[in-house]
Amino acid sequence: MTGVIFDIKKFSIHDGPGIRTTVFLKGCPLRCLWCHNPESQSPRPELMLRPQRCIGCGACVNACPEGAIALQDGRVVTDMERCARCGACAAVCFAEARERVGREVTVAEVMAEVEQDVPFYDESGGGVTFSGGEPLAQPDFLRALLIACREREIHTAVDTCGFAPWEVVDSLRKHVDLFLYDLKLIDEAHHRRFTGASNALILANLRALAERGHAITLRVPVIPGITDDEENLRQIGALAAELGIQQIDRLPYHAIGAEKYKRLGRRYEMEVNR
Amino acid sequence: MSMTDRVARLRQQSLDAVPAISTERAELMTAFYRQNLGMISAPVRRALAFRYLMEHKTVCINAGELIVGEKGPAPKATPTYPELCCHTLQDLEILDSREKIPFAVSQEAQRVYAETIIPFWQGHSMRDRIFAEMTDEWKAAYEAGVFTEFMEQRSPGHTVLDDKIYHKGMLDFKADIARSLAGLDYLADPDATAKQEQLKAMDICCDALICFGERHAAAARALAQAEADPQRKQELERIAEVCTHVPAHAPRDLWEALQYYWFVHLGVTVELNPWDAFNPGRLDQHLLPFYQRGLEESTLTRAQAEELLQCFWIKFNNQPAPPKVGVTAQESGTYTDFAQINLGGVTGDGKDGVNEVTYLLLDVIEEMRLLQPSTSIQVSKKNPDRFIKRAAQIIRTGFGQPSVFNCDLIAQELVRQGKSVVDARNGGSSGCIEVGAFGKESYILTGYFNMPKVLELTLHDGVDPRTGRQLGPRTGDPRTFTSFDELFAAYAAQLNHFVDVKVRGNAVIERLYAAHLPAPFLSVLIDDCIAKGRDYHDGGARYDSTYIQGVGLGTMSDALTALKHHVFDEGTLSMDALLAALAANFEGQERTRQLLLNRTPRYGNDDERADAVMVRVFDAYFDAVDGRPNTRGGRYRINLLPTTVHVYFGSVIGATPDGRPAGTPLSEGISPVQGADRRGPTAVVKSAAKMDHVRTGGTLLNQKFTPQVLKDDVGLDGLVQLVRTYFKLDGHHIQFNVVDAATLRAAQAHPEQYRDLIVRVAGYSDYFCDLSEALQEEIIARTEHEDFQ
Repeated sequence: MTGVIFDIKKFSIHDGPGIRTTVFLKGCPLRCLWCHNPESQSPRPELMLRPQRCIGCGACVNACPEGAIALQDGRVVTDMERCARCGACAAVCFAEARERVGREVTVAEVMAEVEQDVPFYDESGGGVTFSGGEPLAQPDFLRALLIACREREIHTAVDTCGFAPWEVVDSLRKHVDLFLYDLKLIDEAHHRRFTGASNALILANLRALAERGHAITLRVPVIPGITDDEENLRQIGALAAELGIQQIDRLPYHAIGAEKYKRLGRRYEMEVNR
Repeated sequence: MSMTDRVARLRQQSLDAVPAISTERAELMTAFYRQNLGMISAPVRRALAFRYLMEHKTVCINAGELIVGEKGPAPKATPTYPELCCHTLQDLEILDSREKIPFAVSQEAQRVYAETIIPFWQGHSMRDRIFAEMTDEWKAAYEAGVFTEFMEQRSPGHTVLDDKIYHKGMLDFKADIARSLAGLDYLADPDATAKQEQLKAMDICCDALICFGERHAAAARALAQAEADPQRKQELERIAEVCTHVPAHAPRDLWEALQYYWFVHLGVTVELNPWDAFNPGRLDQHLLPFYQRGLEESTLTRAQAEELLQCFWIKFNNQPAPPKVGVTAQESGTYTDFAQINLGGVTGDGKDGVNEVTYLLLDVIEEMRLLQPSTSIQVSKKNPDRFIKRAAQIIRTGFGQPSVFNCDLIAQELVRQGKSVVDARNGGSSGCIEVGAFGKESYILTGYFNMPKVLELTLHDGVDPRTGRQLGPRTGDPRTFTSFDELFAAYAAQLNHFVDVKVRGNAVIERLYAAHLPAPFLSVLIDDCIAKGRDYHDGGARYDSTYIQGVGLGTMSDALTALKHHVFDEGTLSMDALLAALAANFEGQERTRQLLLNRTPRYGNDDERADAVMVRVFDAYFDAVDGRPNTRGGRYRINLLPTTVHVYFGSVIGATPDGRPAGTPLSEGISPVQGADRRGPTAVVKSAAKMDHVRTGGTLLNQKFTPQVLKDDVGLDGLVQLVRTYFKLDGHHIQFNVVDAATLRAAQAHPEQYRDLIVRVAGYSDYFCDLSEALQEEIIARTEHEDFQ
């Protein structure tokens, strides 16, 4: 069983209880304007460039099977149109100016890394958080990981936007110890406008999980001018109260994603809009 | 924050005082030695010299003080020890004019040195004697930077006191000495006369300290008579009373306990200039009975206790480390003298040692924010989380204190070395991270050992590429090696050779101290010197250990892993190509350097490929050093700490196979190479825990955090849990530097605005602006662990 991830971060202390390892699964059905992990959105591998690290050795020029890279006045220029995101250039870029984001990994490979920090989970009441991207977008892979964690008595949290068919959620939920459930906007039209999708499914899934007694922490990204108006926050609070959800975490907005958009050669709409 | 006006004034006085050279001690010693060259045994001569100092040195009582006494004639007036190491006029000029860690040297001081001190001592100091006795091999290795020598300018130290002075006055020690003298068997014991001289010397020292106390009492009485302010008059009368009672008798209350310790501290650090000054050890446990009794009897309030402790704290800060010369100055360019106060831990019978005084002292640490004394928390699994969290709140403020030790592991380390369980539990850490059985052990650090330099020599068949000189044995041209094991065997052979050279030198130096510079006053304080009638420098202590401090573990691990991975396992580079790249300092070969930096498994990432090599480096060092006999009836042990010597050691080494350019700093302590750890603090901790800390006498792990990580309760809990887990995995020590790189850059650019910025360097805290540029750069480069929200 394999899946596509784009990162594993240890010593996560803000993604569920205790010291955790966060596994970032690649691919997301939403396109939130403020997304700070743009490399997480596409399910396919991508190329990230950090030109300031380039030493101008030219190894990438020779490595590229598409002939998409050229050395001009000692500077490397990449034709992103021709780039197939194969990662051949990144493999020979010792200076790490070119990085292929997204790798296919087996459950065993992920678990080997996850298990390294078991002493920290035990000490702190921590565990693993599956995040993304949207982890529910790779349901079979996620299920296998969750089962592997349970076998090893590692606490699991799933950080989800909730946008997945109920059958998918239903097939996974009994293997999950805690849902970190992102809720952005209650207003359907707003939701559609800023994330590219309706929130009907999200709200229905949330309700269904709550009714079945699952442990849920609501996570609300506080995006200035979008989610932070009083009415939206009040409605989220009311919904939480109705569903008996005790914990609401506000996630402050930060612009660290802006740099990533640049590395991906993409436009950061959030910045453009402001 | 609570600080009385008095404390605020004294604290400011301490901060404002300019470190200066005082020639008083040197003059008194010169005058004494001029008159005492006759038929006196060495210990008695040293005791009489000590008494002469205690009788004649200036008595200093600063305005508003409650705890009195200075090492020199005034705060930060710093004495010298010409009998150990006589500064030249040029040394004094350098001290006066150097940019970092200067000491003001007056015209008068220069004149005294030129006319009196230098003519008498030059060529006759311990330092002169040591260098005269060392072999050419030793000198060549020393000059090449393979190792340093601690004892050439300062006496054996790192000594920590147990609780004995809180039960016994100097008169009680005199009674013990008299009993030991009376028990000497001149018929059966050929050493009886030597013991008699030693015991006579100790007795003289007890009298000397009592005299020192009485002189302070007299001075306080005189001040009281002249004092107009009735409150201060009363205080001065109380000071006189305290100084009359202690150190002659056991203390009766908190004030007397603190004053007594302070007299003892001054005695030890005036007698000689031992490394790390002197340490009160488990201060919270020692003071608890006095504190509780004071509260019960309503003779003391918490606020009063706090003020006394704050006054006590300031006394430490008034004593800069004795100024050094030459290479030794580069080893530790700092005013800090490394007196380290231990908090928490367990009691002798193994119970949770955290008490109400522990929390009181943590308040004092936070309020005082002073460079000295250093402080540490001793963390046992039996201690409550609250204790660590309270310390973490102070750590978070970015002042580098307290550092954090694994008390349960330290006890294991000491037991492995042969100490009793109770002595081990009553032990702890001193200096940077070294461990000892408090009040019962002489554990001497003898010098830093440059492991990466030995690797460089190995890669050049024993030749130092900087000088072309054959320094080590010929262990073969590495181009002919066909396996990593062959390379490692060559390294181990070079390592053993240089440890042999160092140990032989140490044997001579230990004997020189035993013969010529015994420490009879210090011997009064350390079991079982009185019972054995032997000096602290000559096997009098119950336990005697000798350490050689390994430096550059991270650099070594990454360099050897690079060789193993690229040359022997993967064949990405030939030995010839790698050596050529090193010789060229990677010039024109940046791609090779990037390969070594980024495509090599590196220590600090919980990557078994690199960590297994680290363990081999550790084991080789352990095997080369541990268990060798010293000359005091004890054994050699290892510890891994650098203070600031990793900068000097790096400056004498060319480019290394981990991609490090020539002349740049080595990794420090057991921390990963600066910037090599990329998987966060849990991975660092896991990697570091793979060496067998139990078989050391201390390791130093440095972690840098930005304030953002620890800004809230979640971050503090994360820190506590990180500590707990590292200690569960038997890690020895961890310290946290909480400051952001931008702040450090700003401090570099505008030092005048950041004079107060204290950072944890490598086992101690220092003012960032006082550090050398190389060290500043190194701190900035050290990986910042942020959570990636």
